[in-house]
Amino acid sequence: MTGGGVTGGGVKVWVLHLALLAVLFSAQFWLSPYHATNLVRIMVLAVFAMGYNLAFGYTGLLSLGHALLLAAGMYAAGLPAQLWGWSAGPAFIAGVAGGGLMAAAVGLLALRTAGVSFMIVTLMFAQAGFLTLLYFAPITGGDDGFALANASRRIFGFDLSADTPRFLAAFVIFALGLLASLALVRSPFGRSMVAMRENEERSRMLGYNPFMVKLAALACSGLYAGAAGAAYALLFGYAGASFATIQYSILPMLYVLLGGAGTTLGPFLGALVMFALIEAASGLTSAYFFLVGAALVALVLFAPKGILGTIRERWVRWLP
Amino acid sequence: MAALIETCGLTLHFGGLKAVDGVDFTLNSGEIHALIGPNGAGKTTFVSLLSGRRLPQSGTILMDGTDITALPAHVRVRKGIAYTFQITSIFPRLSVFDNVALAVQARGVGDLAGRTRAALARVGMEGLEKQEAQTLSYGHQRLLELTMGLALQPRVLILDEPTQGLAASEIEGFIRLVEGLVPATTVLLIEHNMEVVMDLATRITVLNFGKVLATGTPAEIRANPAVQEAYLGA
Repeated sequence: MTGGGVTGGGVKVWVLHLALLAVLFSAQFWLSPYHATNLVRIMVLAVFAMGYNLAFGYTGLLSLGHALLLAAGMYAAGLPAQLWGWSAGPAFIAGVAGGGLMAAAVGLLALRTAGVSFMIVTLMFAQAGFLTLLYFAPITGGDDGFALANASRRIFGFDLSADTPRFLAAFVIFALGLLASLALVRSPFGRSMVAMRENEERSRMLGYNPFMVKLAALACSGLYAGAAGAAYALLFGYAGASFATIQYSILPMLYVLLGGAGTTLGPFLGALVMFALIEAASGLTSAYFFLVGAALVALVLFAPKGILGTIRERWVRWLP
Repeated sequence: MAALIETCGLTLHFGGLKAVDGVDFTLNSGEIHALIGPNGAGKTTFVSLLSGRRLPQSGTILMDGTDITALPAHVRVRKGIAYTFQITSIFPRLSVFDNVALAVQARGVGDLAGRTRAALARVGMEGLEKQEAQTLSYGHQRLLELTMGLALQPRVLILDEPTQGLAASEIEGFIRLVEGLVPATTVLLIEHNMEVVMDLATRITVLNFGKVLATGTPAEIRANPAVQEAYLGA
């Protein structure tokens, strides 16, 4: 967070975010069904990345275990739907709560460490979560996962497996997540999150309890991850242990770094660009991760603050 | 005058080094109390114990007669003990406004912007609020550090070498500012600049090798032969 800091920008900031939401909303009318479905995926992954951004980009908590929180949301929504026939609304709420509770539980232990130790401990927890899902394969479906019954994928009478309701559901979750994260980072609590990232010792001597601030930030991050996991399960009708693998801990970090850590729109932009990059690269070669890697190396070399971080630093100082 | 903070037998050793060694100390409400002593006398370690950045191995700290020895630092800050760092510790990448707002909002979020601007105006930094803290001059960074301490509206303000590295003109402004704080705020001042100490302090405590060598008014300290030998070098 440079220049304008937590506050500043005012009306311009809200106009920018609402304009983006308007464009995204209209996309269902002008995108092909194939691309619209991709955009649903991107919006859901962007919600996940927004949560990661709250922990990493704003609070400075470099977690390598967010896949656990995504999976917690996915299974907290998916299992009740599968086992007890919960409908999409309650299942989604259970997923959000599952992500938040898991984050709080992990945070209680992991936040006793910091820096590299924190990375290792969160990684360990995520790995333990993944192995737990495999161990209880008769219930969780293990690596194969399970498909959600269409009966569970209904909300207010709409069928989430159909294109339009699915797009709208993803859009609503994304829009609420984006506006909530904007309000959060511009609030006094958002400022104290940034204070943890910038100078924890000084914050302590201003009367903040760093442990509690970081725990609250991590729990918020978990709510987002839980929402994303639950949305993925309900919108695409599938839950599986593959979402608990390390890959899904790394992805939100890449999105955030690419789009710009500590920017509200960075997670979406990062998810969008990375998705497009993989799409384009996979059309050229089967070694498409090589091209993605090269792009990331270029990013780190020439724009280490990510796309929006660089834009904010050079041109648009009021960008939140 | 009533004792605001009292310590009894406060001790912290680092291996063989007796940084703070059985210190009995009283900070009276409303005074400007200077803590002086040669380098390595244990001054910063002693105030770290008061502010809770370190915990003592033995001894007690009382505030208003209540034992606060085991309280963590952030709780002591909320009880009114503010500490400004010897080495400037601000939020370098945040704006001046956000730096001070972080201190102000720790006491409640009502009219945050207004109270933050008032805190900046009090020290004459109102024109700098949008500037990134790390781009301030050194003198202004020190002043920002002090402003954050003041914005906590502390009962005790601990200043650890606040004039270090300041120009003579800035020191003058600093002295006037600190004079204006008492008696509402009690000040504990670690300072090497003897002119500042003699100008400001109502009482002085001299530390040497982690022990209290003498306590008294500036005149008494100046006249104390043990102090002269150990420190003033006269």
